[in-house]
Amino acid sequence: MNSIIEVRQLHNQFGRQVVHHQLDLDVLEGEILSVVGGSGTGKSVLLRSIVGLNQPKSGKIRILGQMLQPLPSSERSALKQQLGVLFQQGALFSSLTVAENVALPLLEHRGLTRKEAHQVALMKLGLVGLPKDAAQKFPANLSGGMIKRAALARALALDPRILFLDEPTAGLDPISAAEFDQLILTLRNALGLTVFMVTHDLDTIYTISDRIAVISQQRVLVNDRIDLVAAHPDPWIQAYFHGPRGRAAQQTQSALSSGADM
Amino acid sequence: MSSMVQPSLTISTVGSGQLTFAGDWTLEFFHQVKQQLTPLIEHENLISADTEIDLTGLTRLDTVGCQLLIDHIGEDHWQAWLAQPNDRITEVRRQLLLTVMSALRENGLVATPRQSRLLSDGLASVGKKISELSAHSIKLMAFIGLTLSVLLRVFYQPKRWRITSFFAHLEQAGFNALPIVALLTFLVGAVVAFMGATLLTKFGANIYTVHLVSFSFLREFGPLLAAIIIAGRTASAFTAQIGSMRSHEEIDAIRVLGLDAIELLVIPRLLALLVALPILTFVAMMSGILGGILVAQATLDISSTMFLSVLQQNVGLHHFWVGMAKAPFFAFIIVMISCLEGFKVSGSAQSVGEHTTASVVQSIFMVIVIDAIFAVVCMEMGW
Repeated sequence: MNSIIEVRQLHNQFGRQVVHHQLDLDVLEGEILSVVGGSGTGKSVLLRSIVGLNQPKSGKIRILGQMLQPLPSSERSALKQQLGVLFQQGALFSSLTVAENVALPLLEHRGLTRKEAHQVALMKLGLVGLPKDAAQKFPANLSGGMIKRAALARALALDPRILFLDEPTAGLDPISAAEFDQLILTLRNALGLTVFMVTHDLDTIYTISDRIAVISQQRVLVNDRIDLVAAHPDPWIQAYFHGPRGRAAQQTQSALSSGADM
Repeated sequence: MSSMVQPSLTISTVGSGQLTFAGDWTLEFFHQVKQQLTPLIEHENLISADTEIDLTGLTRLDTVGCQLLIDHIGEDHWQAWLAQPNDRITEVRRQLLLTVMSALRENGLVATPRQSRLLSDGLASVGKKISELSAHSIKLMAFIGLTLSVLLRVFYQPKRWRITSFFAHLEQAGFNALPIVALLTFLVGAVVAFMGATLLTKFGANIYTVHLVSFSFLREFGPLLAAIIIAGRTASAFTAQIGSMRSHEEIDAIRVLGLDAIELLVIPRLLALLVALPILTFVAMMSGILGGILVAQATLDISSTMFLSVLQQNVGLHHFWVGMAKAPFFAFIIVMISCLEGFKVSGSAQSVGEHTTASVVQSIFMVIVIDAIFAVVCMEMGW
């Protein structure tokens, strides 16, 4: 498998506080990669650096083999259209309805007519499991779970190849969170997406991640399959995966998979 | 990025027919894809249940391509085609087709955006506006009643007087507005005096400039200008403050904690402005007359002593009281409108903006209406 995102020697610094130092990371095509780490270790900064919202101090980031920064603006825009980002709070435009939110990139970038864009938007909303009557609602009238789904539909509007998720299940109840995990898994399988996910949710990590990247000490400490990561001797990783919550998530997952085997 | 291939559809009518798809059936080629599919709409008999479909030539396919394929060829046909055991489609594409199919089934294409009709929509919006207006007036009166009842209740319980909040608003809405009110009324005072100078000199009635400036500022311009400045400056602030509290659920938090939002937020603002606006009105009168004095001295040779003695002898004190009497009414309506608009904010940032605008427009409107009512009453009463 080839790397779809390559981060090399990334250095991020705010004032005198060094967030990343000589950070290397590879995201493989078609995988779901979960990035974990303690609070303030720069998980979101890494995501923002990759999608170009944060200018790193030094280092190289290649997406689909191309560096974002030196590209001329038209090609940069084309490359950015290959990326879909789901922000933590959804970041839906509050003055537009849900359907208009999804239709906006289609109208702006693909020159569809309003009617065509609306039909495509409805299909995307169906894809993420939102009912039809949600399409004409404004974001202020949606529940937390529906906002995440609508924001996911907007992220998928241009059929991106890479999907970035910032804490996708934060603030959702366990049932909605589990549904959201399954949704991401289904979409990845059906659309052939690569998913880069920042998360704290151990259940999500155990259920849908192919690989885990742990950020600690300003770099990626380990980036591998979950059983190999969990066996890493680093004390933070041990506390994370073998603390009470980690064990519970692991047990649930093994119970589920043994149930599926029967 | 891999190079793109134009989408194409070859339709063969031999036997039961065959549809051969090739190229990129993706969002990038939306219009070309639609164009390729148009023959299928124009000639419905091109597709029968036995029509063969060949997807092997497809280079790329995405959700939008799938949607168009399903829309034009029909879900039933695809279901039948996918049900046949065949190796003409990869597993990933089969999944993609099935996923989009189920998405379309959930959200059928019935709910297209509503067509706008000029006349009926216009009538409907007029009707809506009017019913909103009447609902709004009722709400405003209810809010005034509620505030007055809370005010009466709090009046007898000095413990519940929000002294800190009162003085904070007095500073923000009153003290901080002093410079702008003084400057603007000074300028208007000077302008009125100039007007008097140019017009009255023609009749040799220079001295009446004093009457013009003092009458207009004591009775009308002082209170009106101060109120309009405060309606623009403070009403917007009150609405935005309460509105953003509302959109962050802070108002709900106040209620859940067993507190009264009116008592906490509205009463201090009301009392502060009831004190501040009369003071600002007084400042506005004085500074307007000062502007008049300066212009009279400079252009009409009316000395300041002469101006003031004419003012003292010929302009009755009751004009001053009529002007001052309006200020509390203006203050009251400004606070009521701005706080109510703040409470009406719902959620979004846009809503805060809309209600802030509404608050300023309504406040200025009501200030002028009340002023007109005062003018009529005073004229009838001979004050």
